[in-house]
Amino acid sequence: MGRKILFVTTDQQRYDTLGCNGGTLARTPVIDGLAATGVRYERAVPQSVVCMPSRSTMLTGQYPSTHGVWMNGVPLPVDAPSVAAELHRAGYRTALVGKPHFEPFLDPFAKFTENRLSREGLETMLDQPWFDGSRGVHRGFDHLEFATHNPAGPLHYSRWIQQNHPEVANMFYPVLDPTFEVNAAGGGDTGAPQAHVNNVPKEWYHTDWVADRTINWLDSLQADDDWFCWMSFPDPHHPWDPPASEVGRIDWRDVPLPAGYPETAAERERILDDKPRHWRMWYDGRLVSNYEAPKHWVPATLTADQIREVHALNAVECELIDEALGRVMAAIAAKGWTDDVDVIFTTDHGELQGDFGLLFKGPYHVDGLMRLPLIWRPAPSSGTAPAVVSRAVGLVDLAPTFCTIAGLRPNDWMQGSPLPIDDGDADARRDDKVLTEWDSELFGVAVHLRTITRGNWVCTAYRPGYVHDGTEGELYDLGADPLQQRNLWTDPDYAATRSDLVTDLWDSQPPTRVPRLDLVAPV
Amino acid sequence: MATLRREIRIHRPAAEVWTVCGRPELLHLWFPGIVNCAVEGDIRTITTGTGIPIPEQIITNDALQHRFQYRITAALFTSHLATLDVIDIGDGTCMVVYSTDAEPAVMALVIGGGTSGALAELKRQFESGSGPALDAVRTTGAPAVAVATTDTPAVATPAVAIEGGLV
Repeated sequence: MGRKILFVTTDQQRYDTLGCNGGTLARTPVIDGLAATGVRYERAVPQSVVCMPSRSTMLTGQYPSTHGVWMNGVPLPVDAPSVAAELHRAGYRTALVGKPHFEPFLDPFAKFTENRLSREGLETMLDQPWFDGSRGVHRGFDHLEFATHNPAGPLHYSRWIQQNHPEVANMFYPVLDPTFEVNAAGGGDTGAPQAHVNNVPKEWYHTDWVADRTINWLDSLQADDDWFCWMSFPDPHHPWDPPASEVGRIDWRDVPLPAGYPETAAERERILDDKPRHWRMWYDGRLVSNYEAPKHWVPATLTADQIREVHALNAVECELIDEALGRVMAAIAAKGWTDDVDVIFTTDHGELQGDFGLLFKGPYHVDGLMRLPLIWRPAPSSGTAPAVVSRAVGLVDLAPTFCTIAGLRPNDWMQGSPLPIDDGDADARRDDKVLTEWDSELFGVAVHLRTITRGNWVCTAYRPGYVHDGTEGELYDLGADPLQQRNLWTDPDYAATRSDLVTDLWDSQPPTRVPRLDLVAPV
Repeated sequence: MATLRREIRIHRPAAEVWTVCGRPELLHLWFPGIVNCAVEGDIRTITTGTGIPIPEQIITNDALQHRFQYRITAALFTSHLATLDVIDIGDGTCMVVYSTDAEPAVMALVIGGGTSGALAELKRQFESGSGPALDAVRTTGAPAVAVATTDTPAVATPAVAIEGGLV
């Protein structure tokens, strides 16, 4: 019997939303407890700041350039490498409960396997192609139950709501508007975009459903089974529509404005003007370069109170996740498994959440989107000492970490390396750099970024695109400028640093999948 | 208005590929995710894999230029035009170009996103010499040669709901 793995992900959660990371708004005692007894990472970096490429990195252990999901709307091939398949092959029972998003959700032609198996109420598909030419359960998971941010569409949670509680289906915020754009409609008390009063009972909300279904799957296992369970909460991604019964936990009027929000328009504009021009163009409503932000919303209209309310609703969602995780941990304890269970908690990318006067996400490689919560509580039986890791790590390191936990050698196709258990371990066997990519091409608007996080530096080089000529960039000193408000890219005093980082960035690029996969849906 | 274009080179003569592309009632035999086609006059109704019926008006079926065009007339679209061109390369091969112009913009990608898979399937059938669309052509003979050139209003514009979760 080996170590069991509970892999917990959220969606679009900032680093500073956890108490153990200095957050003061949401109470997260369960995650804080895991951090106190495990390894807490202070600089965990995604390889993409949107869902599909980032989640594909978690599953494949590869950079987006290599696995091929270069933007949302590009499906991960069914036969892509999968760490779940490796664990399954090694005898692990494997499950993914919650949000997958390896394939688009908008799917009128029923092309995508995950939508199809959901629609047909299947637990998995048995005879799917694997990357090495063998065949097996879908992406290596023998149990799949899917949910996303609301009960529209064919996913298991939607079907459960429609079949059992259809009266609440329309209580959720419609993430898309009638023209299938990301909804800009405001709600709540302040009219903040994607804020909404949702009268769904807490126990029917997707956070509790994901925990319930995870516990149900764990209950189906034998005591001596080895298992890998990816529990994937859709929150705290927008819409910010937690159950209304819980909203009173945090009064938005009491919420302080985030440090990253310059309070005057003049200051916001000065900071944005110091960055490549798509930043300011988005802020002013002149260019929405990516689908993930509402097309009909202008960030410059965002008010301080709207930021406060978004933070409050987001924090409520984070608390609900923490409590749901607590229930799952209690179920694991009741089975006597605690000593042999590794728990890894993270998210796919962050949320701007008021930084620079912006919300949502896009081609903006700054801490709001790039600094992620990451906690690894190794199985207590492993004897791993609690630690804080300050060195940079990436989500690309998760797959080899899972292999190591399971006693497997990480596969050659994995591009990361097992997570360090402390800074000494990091210094001994890893270089302190992580890469992040952005590529988007939507209706003639192309944006291409490559970023290196190394030591105290974050350096982003722009390739030619719709509003960039390929000379632009961003360079931030995370030590001196933790809010990334001073772009040093053109500062002659930092020319040598920039040159060194850019050289390292281009020298370190991962192989690119050829031919490029097609964009086939908005998301 | 958003526009999307997908293309593929097929190593078969344009005239041969046109025998399928010029037959609007065969679309479901090479467009993955479309499970049925019904053609009545210049109205074609396709049914998607999720059971959604989508009405279309055939605008052009030009056997001389090897061009087929249609509009989706469902109320979900403010406007839509799809164009399928089979272009003779001159060396016994052809380029097939499938363009989608639509408003709202996102719908160009939601609907047009399926066209790359369709072109890949078309290529697979022609270059392997087998497949349901080729079987249908062999069974039923030469393609329709009628040239429909109309801009008359669609007969019906039913609402279409496309299921989907979100972002």
